[in-house]
Amino acid sequence: MRPIANTRSASGMPTGLLAVWWVVGSEIVIFGGLLASYIMGRLTHDAWAVQSAHTNTWIGATNTLVLLTSSLTAVLAHQAAEAGDGKLAAKRLYMTVGGACAFVLIKSYEWYTEISHGFTITASPFWSFYYTAAGIHALHVIGGGIIMLIVAHKAKQNLELHRVELIGIYWHFVDLVWIFLFPLLYIAK
Amino acid sequence: MSEDGHHTNYVKIWAILVGLLVISVVGPMAEIRWLTLVTAFGIACVKAYLVAVKFMHISEMPKFVTYIVTTTLVFMLLFFAAVAPDVMNDTGSNWEKPTWVAGTENDWVTAGMEPHGEAAGGDHGEDQGAAHGGSH
Repeated sequence: MRPIANTRSASGMPTGLLAVWWVVGSEIVIFGGLLASYIMGRLTHDAWAVQSAHTNTWIGATNTLVLLTSSLTAVLAHQAAEAGDGKLAAKRLYMTVGGACAFVLIKSYEWYTEISHGFTITASPFWSFYYTAAGIHALHVIGGGIIMLIVAHKAKQNLELHRVELIGIYWHFVDLVWIFLFPLLYIAK
Repeated sequence: MSEDGHHTNYVKIWAILVGLLVISVVGPMAEIRWLTLVTAFGIACVKAYLVAVKFMHISEMPKFVTYIVTTTLVFMLLFFAAVAPDVMNDTGSNWEKPTWVAGTENDWVTAGMEPHGEAAGGDHGEDQGAAHGGSH
């Protein structure tokens, strides 16, 4: 029996897929509001530029590369799922989870270094925004990685292959958010 | 994914995205303001477009998916437009922002924090003066 979320639909598309797009829409409002607030503060206070000079561009760029590459493996997993190859889809999803782990490890190292130099969340408004925005994003990376493991486990048995596309769309969105966080926090100095 | 999606060269799209990433890192090194804006934020928009269209296949979804996403983006812009006039000013016709909100008082200077990152010479150096930004 197929799940109702994948069969009952008044929208012309699987309900699970529609739900993921609603999640993406909600997330745009969450991250959009946060980034809009950051931009207001950044444009108003010149000191934020001075403080943002202490973020490490190379670490940010490395994490961007990691997320872009994990997006590639996610879309290739979707391609394999479309072809009915659950095992290959699972393998590529595990690679994507590897990307998520690498991202979190690099981010942990970065935060450890920053905090040990006194740049804590209470140091200044800039660092408050920095840790809030990057922290919420990192939570999304961790959450996405856990869900991806569950989807990969099923996909390996050739079950629920439609979920590969759903988690992929979510993952690409997480990548998309970072694409904007990177220039805001690491490039514009 | 549509039939067309099966023939998309995803590795090529990824390579383009990585190329754009390199430009967005190298561009601002020239320290020209307009070039930084174009290479950082202009390229971010191009990368976002590529991810949305080529990886998320948003153009292959029913039209209302695009409307959902566009509506949320418009709400975000409305939020910015409505709030920015107050947030970005220190005074108005009948109000004055407290100094701690306006950011004219900052404990950054007195916190005695060590600088690190590129401002301190790339790899967590000792340029103490660079850290003392203050919010003025």
